[in-house]
Amino acid sequence: MAEPHALRLEGVSKWFGGLRAVDSVELAVRPGERRALIGPNGAGKTTLFNLIAGVLPVSAGRITLFGDDVTRLAQHRRAALGLTRTFQITNLFPSLTVLDNVRLAAQALTPAKFSMLRPLGRFTELEAGARRALAAVGLEDRAATTVRHLSHGEQRQLEIALALAGKPRVLLLDEPAAGLSHAEARLMTALLQRLDPAITLLIIEHDMDIALEVAQHVTVLHYGKVIADGTREAVKADPMVREIYLGA
Amino acid sequence: MSLEFWIVQTFNGLSYGALLFLLASGLSLIFGVMRVVNLAHGSYFLLGGYVALSVIWKTKSFPLALLCGSLAIALVGVGMERLFLRRLAGQTLGQVLMTVGFALIFQDLALLIWGGDPYSLPLPSWLQGVVTAGALRFPKYRIFIMVLATVIGATLWLALDRTRVGAMIRAAVDDAEMAQGVGIRVPTVSLGVFALGALLAALGGGIGGGFLGVYPGLDFEILPYAFVVVIVGGLGSLPGAMVGSLLVGLLDNFGKALFPELAYFTLFAPMALILALRPTGLFGRT
Amino acid sequence: MRERRGIVIGLVAVVVAAGVAPLLSAYPLTLLTQAAIVAVLAMSLDVLLGYTGLPSLGHAAYFGVAAYAVGILTTDHQRGFLVCLLVGLGLATLTAAVFGLLAIRATGTYFLMITLALGMVVWGLAFRWVSMTKGDNGIAGVPRPDLGGPWNLTAPLPFFYFVLAGALLAWALLGLLVRSSFGLTLMGIRESESRMRALGYNVWLHKYLAFILSGFFAGFAGVFWAYYNGFVSPVDVQLVTSVETLLMVALGGPGTLAGPALGAALIVFLKNFVSVYTKRWLLILGAVYIGVILFAPRGVLGAFRRER
Repeated sequence: MAEPHALRLEGVSKWFGGLRAVDSVELAVRPGERRALIGPNGAGKTTLFNLIAGVLPVSAGRITLFGDDVTRLAQHRRAALGLTRTFQITNLFPSLTVLDNVRLAAQALTPAKFSMLRPLGRFTELEAGARRALAAVGLEDRAATTVRHLSHGEQRQLEIALALAGKPRVLLLDEPAAGLSHAEARLMTALLQRLDPAITLLIIEHDMDIALEVAQHVTVLHYGKVIADGTREAVKADPMVREIYLGA
Repeated sequence: MSLEFWIVQTFNGLSYGALLFLLASGLSLIFGVMRVVNLAHGSYFLLGGYVALSVIWKTKSFPLALLCGSLAIALVGVGMERLFLRRLAGQTLGQVLMTVGFALIFQDLALLIWGGDPYSLPLPSWLQGVVTAGALRFPKYRIFIMVLATVIGATLWLALDRTRVGAMIRAAVDDAEMAQGVGIRVPTVSLGVFALGALLAALGGGIGGGFLGVYPGLDFEILPYAFVVVIVGGLGSLPGAMVGSLLVGLLDNFGKALFPELAYFTLFAPMALILALRPTGLFGRT
Repeated sequence: MRERRGIVIGLVAVVVAAGVAPLLSAYPLTLLTQAAIVAVLAMSLDVLLGYTGLPSLGHAAYFGVAAYAVGILTTDHQRGFLVCLLVGLGLATLTAAVFGLLAIRATGTYFLMITLALGMVVWGLAFRWVSMTKGDNGIAGVPRPDLGGPWNLTAPLPFFYFVLAGALLAWALLGLLVRSSFGLTLMGIRESESRMRALGYNVWLHKYLAFILSGFFAGFAGVFWAYYNGFVSPVDVQLVTSVETLLMVALGGPGTLAGPALGAALIVFLKNFVSVYTKRWLLILGAVYIGVILFAPRGVLGAFRRER
């Protein structure tokens, strides 16, 4: 039996009133793949992410995760099945420490979150896992800092750490390099390239260079429709894509 | 239960609902534009009643009493918004808590000025008495309340729908940021709506003084009614306030008549139902 | 660490209170007793407001339900302390469980309105259900608990220690709660519900649990209150009581536990002090409210906090 796709979208559409934000999207991402989702502003990329993550319900179509139909599942249940996302606009826990932020991510899918009488410090394994996630993004020295005192770049790194701490199977990265300086963006790219190859990645990225460096496979959205889908070389050479990015 | 009972109770419920409409419509509109729930709204109702009382004691003029009551409290509302609420622009929770502080101050001031005895607003002769229809007798005052509330409701609706000012208010309710961007002076609109809300509440209090009376504690007693109306009807919606107030008026009346010991409980059920099925109310927006 | 600071202040306050108590005359001692009970109420609200970020204006409901349970059981049915405690706690928790189902779906202002309305429902029942609650007259003559043994709780000093022990127990349990992973979860919800959902938390469930726990501890305070006051009336469940409780949390510093306890003591002493000179307590309370919101939004404890 063929191994199921990590993430599969069949005929997924979303309309708001008369507007089709996402139009009959077909997507098949294999386990361990690095896929970039690109397209001009308003192409529907973030909406598509929100549909996959479960923030918005689909108007039509099916979404499966490793063969399981998640189309009707609530956000938190999809996360329990291994689907994690980061946010384009940083969405952290501002008055908590960096370590507590990641701890929340680490304990999210464990029964520890209901534990009411044991002090936090007792959960040594969870804490170790949290610190590992911090180390993976290079923030281990900032563990005790309150998040609102972090720089923007560090906050973007923390976004990734939160996603990693939950041991995801499929990771949706929404513009991880948003607002980063050129140097920070280089660091972010390196970070993304270092990620565990077992994790399936789907990245929205405005910066085409970053997207094409991290991903071997690219899907291009335009007005909610998939207009190109293939290896980065093929997509780079696709005349319609070139027209949209260079011509329009 | 005879047919008479149903007719009379329905009539009473509708008249109470009319009164509630005056109170709740202001609350709903204020929320619509400012996203603030004014917890001093019951206080406006109460103070409107007290001021009307003082004016009618001095001048014996019912219309003047209502006018003065409404305008005076509208001014209080303007002061509250301009001098205090505006300082916390954007912090809705802070603003709401501030209105709580004002509610306490108003309650105590009212006690200080008018004392602890309950009063009833003396009605002009042309509003006293009943209208008979067969064996049934309908108090003229209640009819007056329903007519007045209908006229005001219709005026509000037309104003919101047809006038430029109304369009500005609707725009601000829909999307304050956008409205500001198109050149609508949202802070001024907010102030205007706040004053209007206070005016309507105070008018309600003055009118209510004629059949509910005016007494300490009325402010906090009537506030939950306004809340249930807007929870059921939907915050920010004028049609919601209309439908909600009629529903609440009827339910409360029938509840009191059939289950006197259960008080607010009879409002509990529909509120619970609405919250379960449509958390933003019948006509509400998130 | 800011948590340690809160614990230290609290412990010092408790030790001082316990030590000073035998030296006090009856009136200040009763005030201290009142402060201890109300501190538990304020801390229970802090779990909901300070830690989970849910502003409730109907907290007096659970406090009052428990107090009425004690009132009715002691005067009409001559029940002992244990029964009253269990029934009071049980009813308060049940009320919170039912009300929570209605309120938790809402957030922010909506939540505030719904909890206020629900609190008024309980007040309305206390006021009108005269056959059960004796309405406006209230239930008088609630006796002090008879625990057997050498303790005579009718005297103020033993009763104070009894209350202090209860308050300490509540504080300890609440302290464990907010420092646990569940407590961290609540804080996460306060900071960003959307993130919590994305991480895999069933946010509704955690909020609901917080609501119920909060109601439980409010009920705990309510039980002691009935015994302390000897009298239960609709005043205990009125809106002003919920408003005062919220102010205690806001004044003391939400999200610190010790802060709201301190705020409670402050308000209790202020209220009783002011009442000696003037009847205008509500006016002053309202002014304090507005002052706190305008000038010290993080509360008294927050003013002394330094963030890293």
